[in-house]
Order: sequence, then C-alpha cells, then structure tokens
Amino acid sequence: MEFVVLLKQVPDLAEELEIDRSGTELVREWLSYVTSEWDEYALEEALQLRDLAGGTVTCLALDTGAVDELLATCLARGADRVFKVGSFERPPDTHASATAFAAALRTVSHDLVLVGVQAIDDLDGQLGPVLAAELGLPHVSVVTHIAAGADGTTVTANQEYAGGLVAEFEVDLPAVLGVQTSREAPRYAPVSRVRQLMKTATIEALDGPVGPGGGLIVESLSVPETGGHAEMIDGDAAAIATRIAAILAERGLVKTGAAS
Amino acid sequence: MRELPVVKVDGVVELEHAVVDGIDVSGSWNRMFTQRSITDYPTEAMDWVTGLDGGESMRDCYQCGKCVPVCPVNHVGDYGPRKLNVKVLRGNDLMDDPDLWLCTTCGACYRVCPKEVNPLRIMPAIREQAVLQGKVPEELADTFSKLQRTGNPLGESPRKRADWTADAGVPVPLIAEVGRPVDVLWYVSDYTSYHPRGKDAARAMARVLTALGVDFAILGAEERSDGDSARLAGESGLFEMLAEQNIRTFSKYAFDRLVVMDPHAYNAFKNHYPGLGWQGDVLHYSQLLAPLVDRITWRSRVELDVTYHDPCYLGRNNGEYDAPRRLLEAIPGIRLAEMPHTRANGYCCGGGGGGMWLDGLVADHVSERLSERRVREAVATVGMDGAGVLSVACPYEPSRFEDAVKSTGNDGRLVVRDIIELIDQAMQPPVN
Repeated sequence: MEFVVLLKQVPDLAEELEIDRSGTELVREWLSYVTSEWDEYALEEALQLRDLAGGTVTCLALDTGAVDELLATCLARGADRVFKVGSFERPPDTHASATAFAAALRTVSHDLVLVGVQAIDDLDGQLGPVLAAELGLPHVSVVTHIAAGADGTTVTANQEYAGGLVAEFEVDLPAVLGVQTSREAPRYAPVSRVRQLMKTATIEALDGPVGPGGGLIVESLSVPETGGHAEMIDGDAAAIATRIAAILAERGLVKTGAAS
Repeated sequence: MRELPVVKVDGVVELEHAVVDGIDVSGSWNRMFTQRSITDYPTEAMDWVTGLDGGESMRDCYQCGKCVPVCPVNHVGDYGPRKLNVKVLRGNDLMDDPDLWLCTTCGACYRVCPKEVNPLRIMPAIREQAVLQGKVPEELADTFSKLQRTGNPLGESPRKRADWTADAGVPVPLIAEVGRPVDVLWYVSDYTSYHPRGKDAARAMARVLTALGVDFAILGAEERSDGDSARLAGESGLFEMLAEQNIRTFSKYAFDRLVVMDPHAYNAFKNHYPGLGWQGDVLHYSQLLAPLVDRITWRSRVELDVTYHDPCYLGRNNGEYDAPRRLLEAIPGIRLAEMPHTRANGYCCGGGGGGMWLDGLVADHVSERLSERRVREAVATVGMDGAGVLSVACPYEPSRFEDAVKSTGNDGRLVVRDIIELIDQAMQPPVN
C-alpha cells in the first residue's frame, strides 16, 4: 500500500510568541520551527501501517525555505521517499496548501494520504477536508486508529466523539485521513542519522502552484486574555483533601458515600 | 634435569622439585596446568561490543570483582559493572536490557579496575547503537528532543537564557556587547541558567566575580548546552551538533579563559571539544577562584557545619579535589567535615551519564535514588544536630539533593548550597 504523509513546520512554543508592529504577523526573528505535533502522529501511524501491511511511505512538505531537516528527519524515522513541493516565501494558508498538495498528489501515487488532523496554526483542521474535496476522495477526521483491510482496497478508521463514543468507518481507498494520535509515541530520530541524511539524502522536488488561498485576511492578532478561573485551596492537608473531594463529587466525577 | 624426579598429569611432564639458583620454585600441582573449559558461551555479543569504537576494553574484564563494592548503583540494586560484563559474555547485547541505562558513568569502577575496563567509553558506545536502533527510553528521548530544539535539557526558551541576570544585583555583560577581548568568558551552563536553584548560584557567581574585579562576560542567548551528558547517554550526533554551535560561537570572540559552573561542561570543553576543533584554557569556577581567595573581603561569619560532595566530573574523572576545599576552608566560620565517601571515592549523585533524565526508568530498578543515599550520608556527617550543609559544585546537584532531603524525611537537618552561594553569603554584610 502506498502511504503518503503531508507535513509542515510550526513555530516552537518554547519561545513566547510576539506580535509585530503591523499587528497582523508574528515577530519571526527569534522563532524556531518544529514539525507539527499531529503531523508526527500521522507519520508514525504511516510507518506502523507500512510495517504491518507492506508498501512505502512517502513524505511531502511545502517548500517554505527550510524543510530539508524536516524531510531528512522523516527519512531517519524510516520513510522511503521525501519530496518538497512548490516554492513559497512564507507558509501559505490552508486552502493554498491544499491546492499545492493536491497538484503534487496528481503525480505521486497514493492509496492512503495521512495528514495531522490539526496544527497550532490550524485548529479547525481544514487541510484534510479541503484536500479531499480537491482530489474528490473520501475523508475522515479525528482518526484515532487505522487498520488496513485484507484486500488492500479499504481501511477501517476509528473516529472519536465526546463521552467516549467511537465510530468505526470503512473507507474506500484512495482516501484522506486526519490523524489525531498514533498507536505509539512518534519514534526518536537520532541526530547523527538526521545529520548524515542532510548531507547524503535525495530530496526530490515537485511543482506546486501558489494558489489564491482561502481569501481570508488577517486584520489583527492578539494575545489571549488570561482567565481568573483557578481556585486556590488553602488550609491543611485534610481541609484541602475535603475540598477536592467536594469538587469532584459536585461535578459527578466520583461517587461519594460511606466506604463499604 | 632428566635424572630429577618428575610428576606427570594428563600427559604434562613437570619437575617434582624445581630449584633455580638455590631457590625452590616448585609449585603445587593444580588444575591451572590441565586443559579445561573457561567459557562455553557464544562470543557474538562480546565481539560486537569490542568491535565498537570505545567498547574495546570490555573483553579485558577478568571478573575480579573490584568494581562491585565501589559501584554506586550496585549499592542500591542488582546492577553492577561485573554483572554487565557477564551478561555480554553470555550473549546479551544489552539493546533491550534496562541495565544499559543504569550506569551513571561516574568512573568509580574504572578507578579501581586492574584491567582498565572503561565504562566511560563502553557505555556511550553501546548506547549509541541503541539510540540508532530507536531503543531510547521515552523520557530520555524527550530530553534529547529538547536539547535539539532549544539547546537546553529543560526545553526552555533559548532567548531567555540570560534572564536570570536581571536579579543579579550587578551588571552581567554580554560578550557580544562588550566589543573587546575579555579575560574570562563565563560559560554559565544549563541548570545554572534556567533552574530556580541554579539561577541562585549564577547570581552569586556574578556578584563574586564583580567584587573581585574579574574582567568577565557571558554568551547569553548564544550559549548552548555543552552536550556532554547527551554524549554519555549515547546521542553522539546531538553532542556534535551542540558542540559545533558552541565552537562557532566561541570562535567569534576573543577571551583568555573559559570558566564554567558545570563539571560536565568542564569535561566536554577540556577533553572532547579539542577533538572537534576547539582548544583553550578551561577552568571550573572553583579553579578560577581558589587562587584569588586571599583577595576576598569577608563581611560575615558563616557558622555552619559543612560537608562537600565531590562531583564525579570534577573530582574522580578530572582530578580536581582541592580547589573547592580551599574555597570552603577560607570562608570564615565554616567547619568542614568529610563524608566517608570522599574525593576519589566520592559517591555519585545519580545525575551523570543521562541519569538526570532517566529518573523514571532508574526508579524501577533501585531501592533508593543515589541522591537519597548520598543525602543520608551527608546527614550522618553534618546533620545530626540540625544545622548541616551539603555543599556542591555542580548545577545538577541542588535540585537532586534538595528533592532527596525531602524524600528521605530530612527536612530541617540538611540544606544544599553551591559553594559559590556560601562564598557570596560570607561576602555580604551579616543579616540580623
């Protein structure tokens, strides 16, 4: 089965984000970038599925100027091929990303396309659905478990709902899935291997058009206001414990009553 | 000779009595002279380890057991250097064995080993293979990622590396802003820059250097972790990456001496950066200050019973035992008492060789943390009447030992102070 994973970089929140003078952009001078957490889950899931079902894992990232390390890291973790797509001065919005990835996927064979369900700069999780619409493929979001079907034409995907409910979908391939989590923590990529691959690996390039994007214009950015909802509990250990027990009972999280 | 009486065992002919130059050198007959099986085990694992760069000396072990009583981990669990050797001898390549991660590379066994079997080289070599196979304990992998992303093991903002200076009470110049050569480039280190108790030591150091008129500057946001503990934990690529970043930065500036707070950084800069292209004078801060101690103006007496914990990478592994003690002995009022495990026989705090970032894994295999065992020893030495100080000279230790003071129920009997904090305290006017 041909697995394709789409990845991108987002600002590393080790640095506090600052808004620049225009009020519509982040100050980028001190920012460093990391692979989006959910994209790492998507890659891990693809590698696990490949190891179970056979096939190849291909990784794609839009070329925003500094994705070589991201792609070398994909290879270090076990991806078979990596491509950078298009050429972008700055990270494009979700619609423009979907357009570029869709164009690239017309030349990269794929049975299952995995994307991170969301990113810190795309909490709506739009990349998966917009891309699936552009390609005319079925799509499931917030996927917590994937299993390849026996005949290689379908996968089953679990989607999680509030309250512990899980829906199980059978999805015809090819398809796009938005991955919420992987069955294991993303594997560690040894730095020496990444550094070696940075020197020796072939990172292929694919055309990707710079699309018009979603038409949204950022008018202003602001730092979230901190809420004052925390309750500080004072007193000795017994008093604090009593109050915590009361809060848990109040919210129906534990049952209270005489110990049996 | 042929006329002399002989004994004959298993076809080996030997003189019954051998006299050379009038001295009887006859030996009693024993099995050493007969053929016997020493080992019947497969040799693949041992061949593999000794084929690694750094793993060579493992085969030299002849199971004498000198390492057993000195290994700090052996004191609190089933691990021991000799046992590790036997495991490999019996075909275990350690890739899936928790023992691979328990050695703190403290060097106590190497010091006493008659065959110079050297875990300071063996453990990183085998661990490197485990890292390359992706067999890294999750908590350690998490720290490796933080070091890679932010240049410090806490994952803190690199930009805020010098934020502690705001509360130092003295100006702390950045070398990029000084614009001229300085005598001392002070490499502040990771925990000293970010950990709350480490920052206390950094601020004390800034005040002491200023009072002594030392011409110094720091790197600030340009500084990155020295990487030594990552190297010893098997991530040689990460070590090289951090070293290259630091060497690029060092090379931008002119300075006479590099002074560090962290013995791990001392070990890296002195012993391992030269191989990567940087060489220079490196001093631990105690080595910088010990010769200047007569110039210090003391304003307070510090009436305290103090003991000193030798950091493995300052003491045993780099041979500096005296400079920290000279400083402690110079502080007015301090009564210095030594613990049973001291100097070359100092007991490890458990933080070295990646141990700092493996607390969860280690806890499953030991009866108590090394830091807890060490704290009990310190309490027995200076904490019996409730006024003891465990003094340290490594930024890994305040957090480790302060946690251990609490977890062993010794709150109120022992406080942990970096030596620089005690010096700073005695240089301030008395608090009344």
